[in-house]
Amino acid sequence: MLEMRGITKRFPGVVANDDVSFDLRAGEVHTLLGENGAGKSTLMKILFGLYQPDAGEILLQGRPVTITSPTDAIEHRIGMVHQHFMLVPTLTVAENVALGLPSMRRPFTDLDTVSQRMVEISDQYGLTVDPSIEVWKLSVGERQRVEIIKALYREAELLVLDEPTAVLTPQEVDDLFVILRQMTEAGRGLVFISHKLREVLDLSDRITVLRNGVVTGTTVPAEASLERLAEMMVGREVSLAPDKPPVATGRPRLVLEHVTVIGDRDTVAVDGVDLEVRAGEIVGIAGVSGNGQRELAETIAGLRPAEPGSSVQIDRADVTTADAATTRAAGLAYVPEERMKDGAIGEFDVGENLLLVNHRDPSFLRGGLFDFERIRLHCQRLVDAFSVKTPTLQTPTSSLSGGNIQKLILARELDSDPTVLLAAQPTRGVDIGAAEYIHGQLIERRSEGVAVLLISEDLDEILALADRIAVMYEGRIVQLVDRADATREGLGLAMAGAADRSPG
Amino acid sequence: MIRRALGAVVPVGAALVAFLFGAIMIVALGANPIDGLVAMLDGAFGTRERLATTAVRATPLLLVGVGICVAFRAKVINIGGEGQIVIGALASTAVALAVPGTPKVLLLPMVIVAGMVGGGFWGAIPGALKAYASVNEILSTIMLNLVAVQVMNYLLRGPMIDPLEVEGSRIPQTERLTDNAALPTLLSGTRLHLGVVIGITAAVAAYVLLWRTPLGFRLRAVGHNPNAARASGISVERSIVTAMAISGSLSGLAGVVLVFGSESLRMVTDGSAAGFTSAAGFNGIVAALFGALHPLWTIPSAFLFGGLLTGANNLQRVLQIPSPLAVALNGIVVVFVVSSGRVRTWIEQRIRQPVDDRGASAPVAGGGG
Ligand SMILES: Nc1ncnc2c1ncn2[C@@H]1O[C@H](COP(=O)(O)OP(=O)(O)O)[C@@H](O)[C@H]1O
Ligand SMILES: [Mg+2]
Repeated sequence: MLEMRGITKRFPGVVANDDVSFDLRAGEVHTLLGENGAGKSTLMKILFGLYQPDAGEILLQGRPVTITSPTDAIEHRIGMVHQHFMLVPTLTVAENVALGLPSMRRPFTDLDTVSQRMVEISDQYGLTVDPSIEVWKLSVGERQRVEIIKALYREAELLVLDEPTAVLTPQEVDDLFVILRQMTEAGRGLVFISHKLREVLDLSDRITVLRNGVVTGTTVPAEASLERLAEMMVGREVSLAPDKPPVATGRPRLVLEHVTVIGDRDTVAVDGVDLEVRAGEIVGIAGVSGNGQRELAETIAGLRPAEPGSSVQIDRADVTTADAATTRAAGLAYVPEERMKDGAIGEFDVGENLLLVNHRDPSFLRGGLFDFERIRLHCQRLVDAFSVKTPTLQTPTSSLSGGNIQKLILARELDSDPTVLLAAQPTRGVDIGAAEYIHGQLIERRSEGVAVLLISEDLDEILALADRIAVMYEGRIVQLVDRADATREGLGLAMAGAADRSPG
Repeated sequence: MIRRALGAVVPVGAALVAFLFGAIMIVALGANPIDGLVAMLDGAFGTRERLATTAVRATPLLLVGVGICVAFRAKVINIGGEGQIVIGALASTAVALAVPGTPKVLLLPMVIVAGMVGGGFWGAIPGALKAYASVNEILSTIMLNLVAVQVMNYLLRGPMIDPLEVEGSRIPQTERLTDNAALPTLLSGTRLHLGVVIGITAAVAAYVLLWRTPLGFRLRAVGHNPNAARASGISVERSIVTAMAISGSLSGLAGVVLVFGSESLRMVTDGSAAGFTSAAGFNGIVAALFGALHPLWTIPSAFLFGGLLTGANNLQRVLQIPSPLAVALNGIVVVFVVSSGRVRTWIEQRIRQPVDDRGASAPVAGGGG
């Protein structure tokens, strides 16, 4: 039904799509697989009329078309569920669906008919959402359904889903896949974008891999393996399961006792968490984001106050009420969840960001002023040791890739020889190569006797690295198991809140 | 590269446009704009004495402007220069009055410290209010300007009034300070005094502080990204208070220069702040903006505005044009320089690509660095 031929799209400094060809048949799921920045979204935004290609053509049902706006695309029965949802939170579901459509009773709205048709569509695919509820009250998974309903309401025959699973629990992913299969059975064509190998193999009929804007191959799941796909994505062999040498665990280095934290919306974000991380172990906190992980991390790092009765200890020192500087002095290293918000200063150059934590160190000063030669040597050593790819130390940090910024932060944090490492979503949005490297570093520190607390939404990452796994749901630790006893299904259920509450 | 070039071109363009407006106003007042320009340049830079006067008038602007630069690097906007000048001047004058006989080598450091402490304290108040109570510093500094004027009027009418005036006409002024309190003249026959050196030294010191010391590093880190600064163990609150204290102390130093570099060697009030400061607390902001909020660029920028002020006096003499024209010109430059940030962002976006769904980069404030 769709053919894109020789699509090329340049942005200043990058060729986002370089002579890319892609096709889609009715009734199939054709996956676009690739690392962040590979050009997947760009290709689909061209199809949806958001960008104009510099070269190449688009054919629908064999006829060449030009699509200059989303309105054009919708007329051609193309729908798109964006990576970042485009809903108005204060409006109801029905109002969001009706938004931008001509009303049949102008100048008045026809929300009742919209609701009615919506319910029909919902029933057909099991996409249950109440049309009269305001969007801000919905969970992420439900919002995604609204986006899908919106597209179906506009009678999309060809639906693009840009990284739809990034925000879902494993359970929600399974539900989504059921819905998507029903849609292909009804003869629709789906373009599924992802960089998660396992689910790609699960869902796809065909898989096209993009790397740096170039197609590196098209394959079918039967002929592909995780390793093979990863290699096509990255361009070299990668180890998906890092080697983890056995380490004897020592005494508890990070001890949380009944930690309760109030979140930004004045509600209880962390609700009586008890947890110990011992020297030489990685404890993973799994869970869908928004269940208190961020608040817990900020409290441990001394950035958010805990409620009375809570206790946080690092190497036996009580840091419950300590600020970030004191907590760090007690031995904590902290890799925050949002690297450009909390981890690094975009306007600072690479060297300055490497200096952020220890700029007071007297060895960097001479006569009270910075000794730039010493600092340069120090920063260069870190950049080399952690293979941060940067043109110079004076390069503005914001111009580095996510993976390199993350390695920079890790380099800075690990340089202080911490006894406790708190890493929140350390590989979110970074390329496979950098993720591999970061995982290696976490394991190495574990071997050196550091207590590592790894907070991650990525269940594969938790399963690959953690020695013990805690699942957070609605501010509580609802499950705590040894890695050996953990199953993907069990953790997935706990993440969705289905586990019986047996903390500790 | 483009960004660098724009950083220089746009403010200069803004100044040119402002002068064009000035020319139009001169025409509207019935004079020849070329004559006007000549009169201004001649008045500002024509002779050795005039150059010296320009430098002297530029010094308070420079000191205030450098303070603005320091505060701005920590993302604090200090509109309180006027009040900080007044408090700095009062503190230093009080010290000089208290110990009249002290030799110059001792007295000058003492009054400088007193002025800086006074202004610094007056700056630290809004800093602390912002850091610990989230009070908008623009509002609080403006309010404190008003408070400072009242403090000045009270002190000069009562406790600090010249004993001769108590019995006499009760002019609100202090007694004339002893001559050993005067800032030494550097070039005989001109008004050029040590204050000019103090101003330039302060600008260089601020540059060194911001880019060569851990404290400056922290201020800049907090200014760019307070979240990341805090997460790395920097106290955002303390940094904000420090930035405002430094900024205020530089304005306080401007107050010292105004009193101890004046020919009358005393503090006088006409009831308003500007009567004492000649609005240096505001003109210094303009100088800093025109200097791209960089302490070193603020040196030539302040000199230029000092020239504008002295030049306008001459313009008035030669062409019989009201000297408030200089004030109007000042205002026009502010409007254009401030909006040039927008213009620059706009041009940058044009140069880049039309479509950018992730939103263009944040507006470039100030530049420099
Ligand atoms: N609007 C844009 N302006 C400039 N560069 C862009 C824009 N959109 C994407 N890019 C660049 O194009 C490349 C591909 O991006 P994208 O298609 O979003 O990748 P993906 O969706 O595969 O992660 C990246 O290098 C990205 O930085
Ligand atoms: Mg994308």
